[in-house]
Amino acid sequence: MAEPEQTAPAAKDDLRARQANGVWSRLRESDLGYSFVRHPSAIFAAALLGLIALSALLAPWITPQNPYDLAALELWNSEIPPIWDERGQLPYLLGTDVQGRDMLSAILYGSRISLIIGFASVILALSVGLTLGLIAGYFGGWIDNVIMRIGDILLSMPFILIAILISAMATASLPPSLKSALAAPILIFAIAVPSWVQYARTVRASTMVERRKEYVQAARLIRVKSWRIMLQHILPNTLTPIMVAATLNFGLAILSEATLSFLGVGMPSDQPSLGTLIRFGNEYLFSGLWWIVVFPAVQLCLIVVSVNMIGDWLRDALNPKLQ
Amino acid sequence: MNRTDAILEAVALERRFDVSAPWLNRVIERKPRQTLRAVDGVDFQIRRGQTLAIVGESGCGKSTIAKLVTGLYEPSGGAIQFHGDPNRMQMIFQDPYASLNPRWRVGRIIAEPLRTLRPETSAVDLGARVDELLRTVGLSPSDASKYPHAFSGGQRQRISIARALAGDPEFLVCDEPTSALDVSVQAQVLNLMKQLQRDFGLTYLFISHDLSVVRHMADEIAVMYLGRIVEIQPKADLFERPLHPYTRMLLETIPDLKVPNRDRKPMGGEVPSPIAPPKGCSFHPRCPLAFDRCMSERPVRNADVHQGRVACFAAEETRK
Ligand SMILES: Nc1ncnc2c1ncn2[C@@H]1O[C@H](COP(=O)(O)OP(=O)(O)OP(=O)(O)O)[C@@H](O)[C@H]1O
Ligand code: SF4
Ligand SMILES: [Mg+2]
Repeated sequence: MAEPEQTAPAAKDDLRARQANGVWSRLRESDLGYSFVRHPSAIFAAALLGLIALSALLAPWITPQNPYDLAALELWNSEIPPIWDERGQLPYLLGTDVQGRDMLSAILYGSRISLIIGFASVILALSVGLTLGLIAGYFGGWIDNVIMRIGDILLSMPFILIAILISAMATASLPPSLKSALAAPILIFAIAVPSWVQYARTVRASTMVERRKEYVQAARLIRVKSWRIMLQHILPNTLTPIMVAATLNFGLAILSEATLSFLGVGMPSDQPSLGTLIRFGNEYLFSGLWWIVVFPAVQLCLIVVSVNMIGDWLRDALNPKLQ
Repeated sequence: MNRTDAILEAVALERRFDVSAPWLNRVIERKPRQTLRAVDGVDFQIRRGQTLAIVGESGCGKSTIAKLVTGLYEPSGGAIQFHGDPNRMQMIFQDPYASLNPRWRVGRIIAEPLRTLRPETSAVDLGARVDELLRTVGLSPSDASKYPHAFSGGQRQRISIARALAGDPEFLVCDEPTSALDVSVQAQVLNLMKQLQRDFGLTYLFISHDLSVVRHMADEIAVMYLGRIVEIQPKADLFERPLHPYTRMLLETIPDLKVPNRDRKPMGGEVPSPIAPPKGCSFHPRCPLAFDRCMSERPVRNADVHQGRVACFAAEETRK
């Protein structure tokens, strides 16, 4: 260690990291944490998204009613405007719909469905995209060609069109008894199918760079298995651009789900997502019951905008050229 | 050399690369396929416990030989015969920044060969061995929990050496292990490698473009030019009586320790492209001794010319 050479420039980060103890302070002292606390918009977006996610997950325990328990709905409570209107009533803070359903409860339950479908489809697309991208980039040759050409074909059609086709086809071919139970898995699949390609391309590109590096050769030299090299050596070195893509795609997936549900090929009325709520509310927009459509739409906007703000910050924070 | 004490032999070793343009471009531009002979008929032997150095300018095929020897490339012709335990061959790489996985802690990096080659090793033994290896290469056991970015180039190269030692090697391929380092650090790493060679009885294939580094390390030196070995001699002989004009040219470009301000001749001429090497002796466009035979015929190492140490027609004239 007594070498008379300069310490590598990166060594100062390590110094910073070592001075801090514990996971939280280490996180705050990391480059990403450092950038986070300096970007108020990122903090705001993360706080907003956290609040929405928490309230959505806790919906069954914090909402005044279960909006889909038909027995709990009372018709004489229908079409109540929000609480600040003079006709407003407690506990219906955001009013009720035409069936007497509390809007706030419906929105929180709907956000739950939207967030879960968005998240699950990102996870599914990520697992498929990472696996295929690693295989294509590491082995090359015909297997690379097959995977990437399938991706090209998928990308040659509009994203939403593929999702509509899959969702409509799957729904049409199912017996009615299964439709409702399988609605969410079908949507998750329909959104994941066109979106794995982007992950696969990103991972393939970094894999082709990494696999030539000498640390990979060192592992190959001692005959570490290919799948181990891919998962343990290469994958961790490709994750940075993937994190950005996954975050931005999370917003996109929630929007796609809303679009499909709005078009009537998404979540059914007995388990409505935000998109389904907007679809039904849309019919009453011109009859003066604006709150039935505006509040779910505002919630959808808040979710997507905060996700995208986090994604944009992440992209800038992880891109050394922009710092 | 006695065949039995050679741990590694390369016989008529060849490696070609297809460097053609993509199929569509070839069809449109009517270009033929192109192959590059990175290693073009190379023979050498390395004796147990010794160091064979390969020197030559950039692009002459040194790294390709290293990868052929370690099995990272398959030969296109000829063969590598390794008479040791294939699990005990290791490599030290040139680029200290690319040769360690930036996402792995140093302890895990060093333990990987052990964990792979001897999976039965217990976690406790593994930790103890990593500590021992870190001390062997002059680092501290506490460095095991750090990431590579915390280290300088010379320290990283020590980590690479520790990783290579972890598999208990008998044969090490070192591809320009110090060319990315400052001169002062170079000497320390080279000294460490020499000491390890003595302590563990290692055999080295040592690759470098720098004759002054090679003078420090080698027992025998092979000089490469455009994929071929043009001269191979024991170190003292090569420095005292270089046989090939290219070797003499290389020797003139290294700084003389006794007369550092001597007018050093810059290396004359450009290295031709290995895709279309010159006809005859591929060195003839740069050779001060070239004569007509050199343009048409290709010199080979020949046992009755200077004991097969040189491939050059001019040297044949002065044969012994
Ligand atoms: N995978 C490959 N595909 C095509 N050409 C290659 C490949 N690897 C090496 N070459 C070519 O083969 C020749 C020899 O390369 P090599 O890396 O062995 O040279 P080197 O002597 O190690 O050079 P350096 O000192 O720059 O490391 C070069 O012309 C190089 O461009
Ligand atoms: S063979 Fe001819 S050209 Fe080649 S090195 Fe000898 S003298 Fe020079
Ligand atoms: Mg090289």
